[in-house]
Amino acid sequence: MTSIAPFLIFFLGAALALVTGGILRSAIMLAVPLLGGLNLLLLADGNAAQIHLFDYTLTLVRVDKLSFLFGILFHLAAFLAILFSLHVKDRMQNVSGLVYAGSALGAVFAGDLLSLFVFWEILAVSSAFLVLAARSATSYGATMRYLLFQILSGVVLLAGVLVYAHQTGSIAFGKMALDGLGPWLIFLAIGIKCGFPLLHNWLTDAYPQSTPTGAVFLSAFTTKVAVYALARSFAGTEILIYIGAAMTMFPIFFAVIENDLRRVLSYSMINQIGFMVCGIGLGSALAVNGAVSHAFNDVIFKGLLFMSMGAVMLRTGTTKASELGGLYKSMPWTTGFCIVGAASISAFPLFSGFVSKSMVMVAALEDGHPIIWLALLFASAGVLEHAGIKIPFFAFFAHDAGHRVPEAPKNMLIAMGIAAVVCIFNGTYPWVLYSLLPFPVDYAPYTSDHVLTQVQLLLFASLGVAVLMQTRLYPPEVPGVNIDAEWSYRKALPAVARWVARASGRVRWAALARAEKGIERFLGQIHKHHGPQGILARTWPTGSMAFWATVLLAIYLVAYYV
Amino acid sequence: MAKPGKRHLFDDPKNIRRVIHALYALCAVSVLAELVVHRHVVHPWEGLFSFYSLYGFIGIVVLVLVSKELRKIVRREEDYYDD
Repeated sequence: MTSIAPFLIFFLGAALALVTGGILRSAIMLAVPLLGGLNLLLLADGNAAQIHLFDYTLTLVRVDKLSFLFGILFHLAAFLAILFSLHVKDRMQNVSGLVYAGSALGAVFAGDLLSLFVFWEILAVSSAFLVLAARSATSYGATMRYLLFQILSGVVLLAGVLVYAHQTGSIAFGKMALDGLGPWLIFLAIGIKCGFPLLHNWLTDAYPQSTPTGAVFLSAFTTKVAVYALARSFAGTEILIYIGAAMTMFPIFFAVIENDLRRVLSYSMINQIGFMVCGIGLGSALAVNGAVSHAFNDVIFKGLLFMSMGAVMLRTGTTKASELGGLYKSMPWTTGFCIVGAASISAFPLFSGFVSKSMVMVAALEDGHPIIWLALLFASAGVLEHAGIKIPFFAFFAHDAGHRVPEAPKNMLIAMGIAAVVCIFNGTYPWVLYSLLPFPVDYAPYTSDHVLTQVQLLLFASLGVAVLMQTRLYPPEVPGVNIDAEWSYRKALPAVARWVARASGRVRWAALARAEKGIERFLGQIHKHHGPQGILARTWPTGSMAFWATVLLAIYLVAYYV
Repeated sequence: MAKPGKRHLFDDPKNIRRVIHALYALCAVSVLAELVVHRHVVHPWEGLFSFYSLYGFIGIVVLVLVSKELRKIVRREEDYYDD
């Protein structure tokens, strides 16, 4: 049996989904990740598919432990997202979802930087359709801003790859050091897709505007491809420790006061990626294992949380906390699955976050970064607040907003159910996940010490929230938007542009007036010289013309030799 | 779909109080458990008695109160970006 490049199955499936409809299209879509999964098992370690292009060899498939882990993850995520969106009969979403998942697989199996770039761009464009498919004025604007950032990331990546190839003569997608323009550009391109601080708002802008099912796709692939690329090329790069810690910290403040629960999840996503980025920066075997295993768990529990909010969105038409509450009465299953996702992301023992995030935390402490460790611990308490308590509490409990809606559709419930089982499985029996990690695992998550300290942290953080709520110090959920770094390009920049346009308008009028006077003067001069009495109006002999031509030539010759 | 008129779990304030009381009890148990559980300490800070409890409680209270102040600075009307 031979296998083929994983992305081909998805692109082929997308082509078939484009020309079919109804049940047949649904069947094709479900079959794609299943067939892809079988194909993946046949991809042996060290397997490589190469094509030659001009002077370069493109490696379309490079299989090692790191790419294989992300391969499994993306097949699982694609299956869950497709199952969750099976009721959606929208060709645009169906096709772009498959292309999107396929290009993510293409990127993680790419063995050279040019192939990576190609999939990087397909990833950008195909995912934009999942935002656009919400078909509203706001989603259109968000799509355009999203595309701007994604394409920018692609352009920067291409520039970086070209510089890197020119300097080193290699386009290998492997480990590189941050020295010189090429690697820095590649680093920046990955950083944009990863949601580095100040470059993060495309995520919080676009994901909440996407369709209820589109957000589930989006949450799985783009940022995790970026995490993979960082782990592949920049493991042990010290600056990532601090960037990662900053990413865990700042979003949790915004998450507390954000009203749109899907935007809360978007901030939460940056926070979780922060743990991964920090682990990659630490670079030890324990830290990198922690980072990639957390990426695996995060795709599933964040996907589960986005699914539960997608179900709420589908049934009630909103995910604004100020308009929700009491949904546990109408959607008990969705409530339960959401709580499993919340417990997993909060890293309660027996749930998946517990067995992966702690590796990064322990690594930070063991590698001598106690301040970073304190920051990550603070951020862990923050995760409990916004994702562990706020999301389930304000959507499903709190005050009853009066929604009396049907439970989520069956396909959504099954997808959420499978995701919940994976969360609990990885949390209770982490050894399967551990066996897939890039480095041998010498870490035991279930020591009485670790269980106790984590339980203390989470219980007392919950107590803190309970006390704040009972004393009414907890901020109420109110409508509104919170300005963030995006203010710079959504408000300030347009304002500056308008000001420049107005000011240049004034300047132009002044310049025109001056120019008009100048022209009048100029015409006067011409009249003086060329007019009936003007010096230039006289007839000149050809001899003088030859003379002046000779002078010009001489000047030219002298100038040439000088 | 929830049936109108049906009493649900948390319609009874007694059940909400039960949840809160259970949380208090679990917090107390987790602190007491530290007396019997053997601690493996990597850094002296985490060896302080009930460090994680205190850090979790204070951390989250500070987080929420600071965020409340942040909201005063960054919150705008929902149509703020619609020009």
